[in-house]
Amino acid sequence: MKSKKINLLFNDPLAVAGIIILTIFIIIAIFAPQIAPYDPNEIIRVDGKIQRLQRPSGEFIFGTTYMGRDIFSQVVIGSRIALRVGLLAAIFVAIIGTAVGLVSGYYGGWIDTIAMRFVDILYGIPFIPFVIILVSLLKPSIWNIILAVSILTWRTVARIVRSQVLSIIQRPYIKAARVAGASDFRIMVFHILPNILPLIFVEMSFIVGWAIISEASVSFVGFGDPRVVSWGKILHTAFNNGAVRVAPWWVAPPGFAIVLLVISVFLISRGIEQAINPRLRDGR
Amino acid sequence: MLIFLGKRLIQALIALFILITIVFFMFRLLPADPTAAMVDASLSPETQMQIKASFGLDQPLYKQYFIYLKNIILHGDFGMSFFYRESVISVLASRILNTIILGTTAIIFAYSLGLILGALMAWYRGSLFEMSSIIVGLFFKAAPQFWTGMIFLMIFSYGLGWFPYSGIREAGYEASGIMKYFSMDFLHHLILPATVTGLYYLAQPMLLMRNAMLEITNEPFIELAFAKGLPERRIIFYHAARNALLPATTTLATKMGQLIGGIVLIEYVFSWPGLGREIVMAASRYDYPLAQASFLLIAFVVMFYNVLADLLYGFLDPRIVY
Repeated sequence: MKSKKINLLFNDPLAVAGIIILTIFIIIAIFAPQIAPYDPNEIIRVDGKIQRLQRPSGEFIFGTTYMGRDIFSQVVIGSRIALRVGLLAAIFVAIIGTAVGLVSGYYGGWIDTIAMRFVDILYGIPFIPFVIILVSLLKPSIWNIILAVSILTWRTVARIVRSQVLSIIQRPYIKAARVAGASDFRIMVFHILPNILPLIFVEMSFIVGWAIISEASVSFVGFGDPRVVSWGKILHTAFNNGAVRVAPWWVAPPGFAIVLLVISVFLISRGIEQAINPRLRDGR
Repeated sequence: MLIFLGKRLIQALIALFILITIVFFMFRLLPADPTAAMVDASLSPETQMQIKASFGLDQPLYKQYFIYLKNIILHGDFGMSFFYRESVISVLASRILNTIILGTTAIIFAYSLGLILGALMAWYRGSLFEMSSIIVGLFFKAAPQFWTGMIFLMIFSYGLGWFPYSGIREAGYEASGIMKYFSMDFLHHLILPATVTGLYYLAQPMLLMRNAMLEITNEPFIELAFAKGLPERRIIFYHAARNALLPATTTLATKMGQLIGGIVLIEYVFSWPGLGREIVMAASRYDYPLAQASFLLIAFVVMFYNVLADLLYGFLDPRIVY
């Protein structure tokens, strides 16, 4: 059954394209220091002259910044931050959301009411403003951005998992397990969770994209981690130095990197969704 | 229906109250010290105390909380902005309207374009047009809004010179009161940010409309319309699209809430003087009363649209009974 679903995923050309793009990004991130021709923070001088705002050329593939830094190297190194934020946020969100959703749906009653009312309140909180404020209060750092994204985003996973639990719990085999003396914990983790996992993966890949865009957004408005090079921060520096007016090569590459990476996880998420839900297959 | 409305409103009020509380403690308990940015360390200790007292920062936390609640709920008073040195409400009053106007224009643009494209996509299924619409929708959905904004500024403002690149009016342009929103100059400034925001939200109504249309086109009444020899355009928009509108339109209010929440970035890129831009400015200046109030107001607008969304479901779809 499992392998059949994985086969379905690999037969979907769009999902395969997504997987290939994501793999390329992961390889680039792993070997980033070897791929990048310069140190991303190095001010490049030729004959003692700072190479300001050089157009893209053989030497500087994406050109240079106002401070004479190599944009290609910055974009390559930036992939590390994007992937780290995306993957870690997705894992945290999946863990919190699944735990809350499982417990809430399984026990029902007042636990469920309180948890779901809390989720409702979280839905009223505007996402980007919340992340900006929390990060500015806590001090800008990659970890605080991941924290802020995770604190809010688990709401969707909790809702989805809960609604699935409510339907699965009605099935005879859950009752059989209970009669056989399985504990609540065992039923939740070994009997219910495996049935929801694929759906959690769909959500997770969405969250990867979502978290990458959030990190870029927060860094762009100036609350990024000051110690790292991220795509959002490249764009922040570009915007503040008026690159929109003078240096299109400074603006385009980090943005296209974000678009490509986010589209790749969208495609993967759509692929998993179709593999697990037969109704979505065969055209639509 | 009325009972549902009442319940939903009470729920929203409780949520708002809890949010106000969370925000208060978030701003007070976190490591950054709100007095640090306010009180110049070179001043004499007495003057420092005086400034702290004038902002109520010398009281114990629980007292601060009750003062804060009383001021917000009874007087609608969010305190004084540290930076502007005037009441937060008077700073934000004009910002709210700017944000709502931008948001509303953007959502109308996204939905009208999305619904029309979606209807045509389903009709011309498998065509190049369908494929390219999907790609365009997906691209703008995956691109961060601020980056799309930068690219559009690069092309349409600096490159072609069609649109101004920041703000809501030309320097030196004077208009008073509500009239300033009805000038060509304002419209000229509005087009670019509204388009960029709208493009980000285009994909959902477009795809929902397409899927609903695909189901409708198999219905017998469409066949009948063809048999009657009606012109194709009339069938698409008059017979099919009208019946396929429901799934997409019910998402409108929820999307509007999301859009207002995310509008920060657009306002920042286009220097649009709205609530979102104020949050960024206030947070980077440690102007906590102002940041807090802008955040609460945005949350209030988002909650308002969420309630509206629940009510619209029932209104638009008679099958839903409360």
